[in-house]
Amino acid sequence: MNEKYLYSLIAVIALFLLAYAGVEAAGLQYLFGIIIPYLAIITFVVGFAMRIMDWASSPVPFRIPTTCGQQKSLPWIKHNKIDNPFTGGAVVIRMILEILFFRSLFRNTKCKMNEGPRISYVWEKWLWLFSLAFHYAFLTTLIRHLRFFLEPVPFLLQILEKVDGFLQIGLPGVLISGVVLLAAVIFLLLRRILIPQIRYFSLAADFFPLFLIIGIAVSGIMMRYFTKVNIVGVKELTMGLVTFHPHIPEGIGAIFYVHVFFVSVLLAYFPFSKLMHMGGVFLSPTRNLPTNTRAYRHINPWNPEVKIHTYQAYEDDFREKMIEAGLPVEKEL
Amino acid sequence: MANLKPDELIARIDYTPPSTGWMDTPTVIRAGMFCYAAKPPSVETLGLPYAREWNPLDDDWKLPANWKEIVLEGLRDRLERFRSFKVFMDICVRCGACADKCHFFIGTGDPKNMPVVRAELLRSVYRNDFTKAGKILGKLAGARELTLDVLKEWWYYFFQCTECRRCSVFCPYGIDTAEITMMAREIFNLLGLNIDWIATPVSNCYKTGNHMGIQPHAFKDMMDFFVDEIEEVTGVRVEPQFNKKGADILFITPSGDVFGDPGTFTAMGYMILHHYLKVNYGLSITWSTYASEGGNFGFFTSNEVMKRLNAKMYAEAKRLGVKWILGGECGHMWRVINQYMATMNGPADFLEEPVNPITGTKFENAKVTKMVHIAEFTADLIKHGKLNLDPKRNDHLKVTFHDSCNTSRGMGMFDEPRYVIKNVCNNFYDMPINCIREQTFCCGSGSGLNASEDMELRLSGGLPRANAVKYVHEKHGVNMLACVCAIDRAVLPPLMQYWVPEVDVTGLHEMVANALIIPGEKKKTVNLRGEDLPGMEDEADE
Repeated sequence: MNEKYLYSLIAVIALFLLAYAGVEAAGLQYLFGIIIPYLAIITFVVGFAMRIMDWASSPVPFRIPTTCGQQKSLPWIKHNKIDNPFTGGAVVIRMILEILFFRSLFRNTKCKMNEGPRISYVWEKWLWLFSLAFHYAFLTTLIRHLRFFLEPVPFLLQILEKVDGFLQIGLPGVLISGVVLLAAVIFLLLRRILIPQIRYFSLAADFFPLFLIIGIAVSGIMMRYFTKVNIVGVKELTMGLVTFHPHIPEGIGAIFYVHVFFVSVLLAYFPFSKLMHMGGVFLSPTRNLPTNTRAYRHINPWNPEVKIHTYQAYEDDFREKMIEAGLPVEKEL
Repeated sequence: MANLKPDELIARIDYTPPSTGWMDTPTVIRAGMFCYAAKPPSVETLGLPYAREWNPLDDDWKLPANWKEIVLEGLRDRLERFRSFKVFMDICVRCGACADKCHFFIGTGDPKNMPVVRAELLRSVYRNDFTKAGKILGKLAGARELTLDVLKEWWYYFFQCTECRRCSVFCPYGIDTAEITMMAREIFNLLGLNIDWIATPVSNCYKTGNHMGIQPHAFKDMMDFFVDEIEEVTGVRVEPQFNKKGADILFITPSGDVFGDPGTFTAMGYMILHHYLKVNYGLSITWSTYASEGGNFGFFTSNEVMKRLNAKMYAEAKRLGVKWILGGECGHMWRVINQYMATMNGPADFLEEPVNPITGTKFENAKVTKMVHIAEFTADLIKHGKLNLDPKRNDHLKVTFHDSCNTSRGMGMFDEPRYVIKNVCNNFYDMPINCIREQTFCCGSGSGLNASEDMELRLSGGLPRANAVKYVHEKHGVNMLACVCAIDRAVLPPLMQYWVPEVDVTGLHEMVANALIIPGEKKKTVNLRGEDLPGMEDEADE
């Protein structure tokens, strides 16, 4: 077994045991239910903001968008406004497509060496599909969880939950987002483990969040469908957290604290990890700038003063030869 | 490379990575896959540090004692100056979308040529010295210490990247390996670790005005030779102008086209077009011997050196008092002009917003750089019916078009050259969609890697391009690969010779000139290459 995912798996199991034993054996409900969640939230918010400010503190000296379509040039040549955006508005559209629909990933191809030899490049949609499924399922799950922090539960949230549970299987009804989230994250994990190339460059830091999210999803599903957590108690706790009157109600099983601990770890880990791609994607200079540098001058705040070899120096070097060759000169011999 | 046949090279490619992790697989610098070290005089010309004789194959690279400090300080400095660099160091999720997009990976199977791994070579050190996670978790967080072996590995692999940006098209965050390679190469230059194929052209360009180091009188000599050649083929004596004050337009193109076939035919093509426009419309276009280089190998050295070389274009345009600048066919030259020039050396207030005086077209997309691409210019002329063309003269050609990396992914010029081609020749076939336009494959020799000692690298990296050419050759009988880049014209012929020997290489304006009916021309029987024109073979004997 590969040490990279072994370590990550062990870390997540250790986190589980820590929370489980902490609550069951040591009675540390207050620590796992209140202190750690608060600290995690603070770490997330402050860490995320600092990361963004750190990126933003570095200037963008050059405008370097990757152009993925026909430039704007002659009026009769059809300009690809989205993939080669000339205006700020077009950049916004490009970014929306990138962020909401993973447009670049949608282009993904798989290269294959065939007989002949003939190299083929076939459209590879699975990574795009499962990534999209993963992110939207995660987002839906996240929004769905707002019901624990709002009283009364807003109407739109109730609608969302109805839609999410429209399959109406079992009791309580199966929520699609949870199932899709777990399926997609398992796909992303298996891909990393089974495809030799992906495994080759995957780091422990790539497996850890996947195992952690699997842990979150599994503990959530356990509570909802199997151990049937004391939902009234849970809401009492979560409402206490958001209203800053935290207290620990009786009768909430350890699995809930495990769930909350996993989420806390994910939040605290977020700003220091690759998960920051969530913020970084907005700041990527190859995507978020217009491609109009020939029409509008971009300013480099540190544009360096440099020494150049002037025409005069050049003519001084070659004047005689230039005159002999009949080339015009500024200064005769 | 002569000793390795194409099928042997293909048979060697294995996409299955080794069982040991990349950090634990030492890099061996192998002959044929790298370029020679920069010669000291070339480094000294621009006053760059640590000029010395050194050999990449030696254990001792004669580095300054504090090299590690220089590298880390160089990284810190660039992280603070380039948001791109900082963001690209942090946000990669290693999804692998880029992995099989690199022509060097496809052509070598070397897993360290997967763009993600290439970047990780540097990221690992970034994590170790600049991030909390890396400092605390070390190897678990993908961090490793900077050692001499790491530096050598960087050098080897960041000179196996042509900065083509194909990976960045597919990256969900737009992470651009070219940007990371550029930073790495800036850092190499802090240690005198450039390659000679970049350092010497840079030095030449700085001193003599062009990469080839052609002095002004010799430059004119070569052009005079072209004038004779053109007269022999067309019966028309063209009169190119040099350093001409008060000309309408300054023309700048890569010097490579003045120097070697088949680029020379493209250079003759420019001269014929200039002559045609002078005679028919009175347009005065001048060449410059001082700014006689469109290409900019400074781009592969550091942003400062790029600026120092690029500055000549505006300086010369100002001195000569021209209205605007017309740029010839070149790849990286156009990324520099399109994305860097105005920022570095603008504003060019002394020039006019470019207007084609013959058609009245305003080149609004170039209103601040005041520099127009000749494919844009010629397409505009053709659209307005200002060129008298006989495409039948190119009927012996079945043409496909190689989009250059830089004009594609750093500019987006796709339809202008295609429009020109379709108007000057009757048989045009595009390569499959995943190999052209923004997904085009590099020639394998870009970003200063077009030396001869790294031929194995070049032929391997050029495989995806050549393979797509082979496809249209077999399907449509394509026998000519057109391009808008001087490096392409220099490197694609040996690449074709190796993989698809039936296909030759041409510049866009060679085909334009061959199709152009020049006032006063004699009955043409041959083209600029001295090959019989279709349908005129018999008349050649009369």
